[in-house]
Formats: sequence, C-alpha cells, structure tokens
Amino acid sequence: MGKIESALLNIGYLETLSYQQTPLHRLDPRAKLLTTLVFIVAVVSCGKYDITGLIPFIIYPVVLIAVGNLPPGYLARKILLAAPFAFFIGIFNPLLDRAVLVQLGPVGISGGWVSFASIMLRFVLTVSAALILIAGTGLNAVCLALEKMGAPRSFVMQILFLYRYIFVLTDEALRLVRARALRSFQGRGMGFKVFSYMIGQLLLRTLDRAHRIHLAMLSRGFEGKIHLVRPLHLRSRDVAFFLGWSTLFVLMRWYNIPHLLGNAAAGLIR
Amino acid sequence: MSHHLVEVKDLHYKYPDGTSALRGVSFRITHGEAVAIIGANGAGKSTLLLQLNGCLLPQAGTVRIGDLPLNRKTLLHVRRTVGMVFQDPDDQLFMPLVHDDVAFGPLNLGLPVEEVEARVESALATVGASHLKDRPPYRLSGGEKRAVAIASVLSMSPSILVMDEPTAALDPKTRRHLIQLLKTFNHTLIIATHDLDLVLDLCSRAIVFKEGLIVADGPTLEILQNQELLDSSSLEKPLRLQGCPVCQAGSGLSG
Repeated sequence: MGKIESALLNIGYLETLSYQQTPLHRLDPRAKLLTTLVFIVAVVSCGKYDITGLIPFIIYPVVLIAVGNLPPGYLARKILLAAPFAFFIGIFNPLLDRAVLVQLGPVGISGGWVSFASIMLRFVLTVSAALILIAGTGLNAVCLALEKMGAPRSFVMQILFLYRYIFVLTDEALRLVRARALRSFQGRGMGFKVFSYMIGQLLLRTLDRAHRIHLAMLSRGFEGKIHLVRPLHLRSRDVAFFLGWSTLFVLMRWYNIPHLLGNAAAGLIR
Repeated sequence: MSHHLVEVKDLHYKYPDGTSALRGVSFRITHGEAVAIIGANGAGKSTLLLQLNGCLLPQAGTVRIGDLPLNRKTLLHVRRTVGMVFQDPDDQLFMPLVHDDVAFGPLNLGLPVEEVEARVESALATVGASHLKDRPPYRLSGGEKRAVAIASVLSMSPSILVMDEPTAALDPKTRRHLIQLLKTFNHTLIIATHDLDLVLDLCSRAIVFKEGLIVADGPTLEILQNQELLDSSSLEKPLRLQGCPVCQAGSGLSG
C-alpha cells in the first residue's frame, strides 16, 4: 500500500514545484497552456516514420526544465510511469510492418521498428511537455487559464474538485486499508470479498462527504455558479513566449532541420 | 438589533430513515448571547444546528432568525445572517486556494470585487491567517484549516455564528488560541460541543439536549454543577470543576 501513498506524495511534489519563482513560473498560465498545445499538435502531426524531424523538438522540454528549475530525474520517473500505455500502442508495429525501410550497413530496419520508435519519441515529448506545464504552472492556474479561454465552466470545476478532494479521498482509502491490514493475519481477511465491502464503504463515505460539502456550499449562498476572481495580466513577455516558441515549432514541423543540416554538411564536404 | 435573534418553537424533525432527531424543541436566544448546545452523541445537537440556517427545514414548529421565519423564501437572507462553521474543515474548504474559499461567500452575495477583497483580507486578519492566503487548503495543518474555515464564514459578516465542535481535533495550544479568538467576537454565538471546559470559558448559557428534547436551559455554571443532570445526560463536570488528584494528594501529604 506504500505505493499509493508515495505516488500521491509525488503528486504533492509536482504541486510544490509549481510554487517556485522562476521566469517560467512567472509567465501567464494562458501563454504556457497555449504554447504546450501548439507543441503537442506539432509533435503529434509529424509523419508516421518521422524520427529525425522530431529530434529538434527536444529543445523545448530541455530549455523549460533548465529555466523552470525542475528536477529532470523526477520528471523522467513520472514519464516512465505512463510509458507502458504508449509501449503497448506501438509494440505491434514491428510485427505487422516488416518492410525494410532503412539499411544501416548489413542491418535492415523495418518500417515497424521505425514507427515504434517514432511513437515512443512522440510520447516522451508530449508527456514531458504536459508535466512541465503542471510543474511550472500548477494545476489550479492551468484550470483558471482553461476557464478564461472559454472551456466549459462545469468541466473546469470538475477538475478543480477532483484535484481538491483526491488527497482527502486517498486518506480515507488509506485508513480503510490500514485498518484491514492490521487485523488480517496469514492472508485471511485480505480476500476479494472484503475488498468489495471496502469499496462500497468508500463510496458511501464519499457520498456522505459530497452531501456535507454541498451543505457547506449552500450555507455560503451557493446558487449553482462558482465565481473565481483572480486577475490575469497578459504582458508582452507572455506574448513573446507564445509567439516565439510557436514559430519555432511551426518551422521545425515544416522543415526537417537535421535533414537540412545534413545536406548542408554534405554540400560543404563536396 | 433584532436581526441577532434566534427563536425556535416546538421544532420537530425526523430523518427519512425514521430516526426522530428533534421532538419538540423551543428556545430563544437574544443579541450577543453565547450559548452552548450540549448533550450525548445522537441527542440532536447537529440536527438542530442544520435547522438554524436552513440546511434542513422544520417538519413541524418554526425557526425565526431575526424578524423572519425560516422558509424557502427567506432562505438566502437567513443564510447571510447565520454563518455556519462545520465540524470537518475539509468539508467546508472546497476551493483551490484559501483566498478563493474565503471569497466564495461574498462573491455569491454579489458584492463588487474590491469589497470582496477587503472582506477576505479582514476576515483572514481576524483569525490570524493572512499569510495562508495563497495556499491550497489541503496543505494546511488542522488548526490552520479551522481558522480558515471560520474566516470563510466571517467574510460574509454574519450576525450569528453557529459552530459544530469547533475544538475537535485541535492540539491544546491551538484550542486555547481559538477560544481567545472567539472571546473577541461580539456575534451571537451558538456552539454545539462536547468540550465542556470551552463552554465554561465562552458561554454564559447552556442548553442540554437529550434524545431530541431540551432537558435543561440556564446559566452555564449552574448547569455544569448539577451532577444529577449531567449524569442523566451522559455528560461530566468540566475537568476544571473536578477535584485535582495531584493537588489533593499533595495536600494530603503535607497535612
């Protein structure tokens, strides 16, 4: 059970990272959110067999990690946690697509392996961009940005409430799990039946809590609409951040820079 | 100052599962009084509190807050007058940041943003939590959460403060701070609690509940010294009114 606990502590750490004061953290959340979106679209829209075209995009996470004073090792572990999903999406490509695409001396690399590598590369790039967005902005500020940019309010509120209560909920679940572990011996009491009772218990407790929260909201004049006042100011450096990176992404998407560099180098040698 | 008045007449409430929580309760609390609601677990204290700001509506009998009877039409006005501090601050602090939480009530009242900011500042300053403004509530300690929960109600400037177990799960020093803080309020205070020493410190009047009925209503000191009454309502003399075993042993030795 220690695993759940430490996983959550880790989420807490992501939040702690977002309290830092660096040039990255001081940017307007909307600028960072939009830039991340452009980045993700640019990366995802690359061709199926594209690897060289993707490599220059690494500059974005690298620069942001450096500027935002974020711990690369921690982010790498977080990425690894989600890696199985991408792995299983891509792993059948080498089996299905066996046509040799690249000849490296005597070794022929099939199109399947190339596209698999491309998928993994895209996964690492997009997930790290998303993690950097959260670590450099904070989920609350990201939600605020979403709301200001016209995302449906109820959707934003759902995320905020989820984030607010996930800690309370896991605390409650942990207490249940501990209570069971302390009174279970030699595997007895750890079975599936007891587990299903616990899930039911947790659901009921959650419903109770939801009810109490609703009462607390009503007591303070809640009438179906949650107001958030937090002033956001878009300054020139925010616009510059967004435009600068976006232009770079578009350029990197349109021109295969390693390819161009390679050609230029070849031209020089000739 | 008639809007500080709380008047309950022959109030009945039965939960959907058949439990009769209140079976004919009447009392009247006037401006500036600090009143404790005490009694055993399940005596109906919390149900009563939920009635006072319309979280539950009376099934029989009436609740009057100030000049208004409590019903669906007056609900909003009553909720503005009666500030309710719930037992578990985690239930009350649901917004992403402390600031948003304290601003939640005033914004719902439709106040202009500058006024809301001023109220947030002053409410947080009152409970000594100004430095917590930009923190998320789940990152606070128990005492900080309690202080912020109180601020989130104070920001609506209620005339009447209703609190359910305000000192539950607080360490002794934090509890003492809270009591000192509550002493400075000149709101009408209604506190449901098992902390009888707190009652002794804060409340001049106590109402004793037993099985959905009021069995006693009078000056705190009288009630807390009535051994028979306390025994029959599952209560106990506050520790400070009990003989101190250490001092007694000491005086026994020297004498």
